[in-house]
Amino acid sequence: MSEQDGHKHDHRPSDISLRVKAIESLLVEKGLIDPAAMDKLVDAYEHKIGPHNGARVVARAWSDPAFKQRLLGDGTAAIAELGFTGIQGEDMVVVENTPQVHNMVVCTLCSCYPWPTLGLPPNWYKAAPYRSRAVIDPRGVLREFGVEISASTEVRVWDSNAELRYLVLPQRPAGTEGLGEAALASLVTRDSMIGVGLPRTPEAGAKR
Amino acid sequence: MNGIHDLGGRHGMGPIDIDPGQPVFRADWERRMFAMFILAFAGGHFNVDQFRSAIEQMGPAEYLQSDYYEHWLHSLETWCKTNGSLTEQEIEDRMRELSKGGA
Repeated sequence: MSEQDGHKHDHRPSDISLRVKAIESLLVEKGLIDPAAMDKLVDAYEHKIGPHNGARVVARAWSDPAFKQRLLGDGTAAIAELGFTGIQGEDMVVVENTPQVHNMVVCTLCSCYPWPTLGLPPNWYKAAPYRSRAVIDPRGVLREFGVEISASTEVRVWDSNAELRYLVLPQRPAGTEGLGEAALASLVTRDSMIGVGLPRTPEAGAKR
Repeated sequence: MNGIHDLGGRHGMGPIDIDPGQPVFRADWERRMFAMFILAFAGGHFNVDQFRSAIEQMGPAEYLQSDYYEHWLHSLETWCKTNGSLTEQEIEDRMRELSKGGA
């Protein structure tokens, strides 16, 4: 990089990768971070912790009324019964969709999201268009995601914060009466637990 | 503090980039940045409020034009420089070394 643009454009995308590499190498050299621990973290959040966790919570709630009651009463404790605990999930509130109420979740200030149940947030969740519009035009945002909510259904938008994270409990799709928890979990999408999507129907689920 | 990060209700931010096939990390530097942040946080370099405060004090244009993990980079740098574990000179020197080595 030339001297001229070096100062003003420290953060331009072409330099970012190099800059991050430089900082990592310095922090490792100084013994402040452990590169093996970095690899473990990346692997965990890329491959292990994700919406399949939240889908198990939802499927359990659909199958077990007592669990559902505990989940809506104390989300953190009920979710911990399935083993999903840890950072960015310390205080969980679960909001239930019904024929009368549709819930959706946003973090207008940044990117607060329930990591233990949903993993890391999708890019759109962290970006300005969704964050700005979810609270002022939720029905328009839902339409952008292909979800039409009837005018007679109330839409509630929950703004997450650094301490408290929300998970939407979607409505159980029709035609799933005979299904076990694993089959139900396969119908639960990430977006349905953020509230910008609906669970798959058994027919659509089987096609995938 | 009210600032550019307080996006709720603003107009004109454009359409939502809904890409169902989006990977968790879009580039390797995002992976490294994510993991470094968690470890620096766990190592006590900053707490969550400090972390966010540094991001919220970014210039509005820079905030809106930069990638999400660039916000994290900005915060990590801010606090590591504040507590003396990194200097701008060191970072630039190391970048120069790495780009020579990689060339």
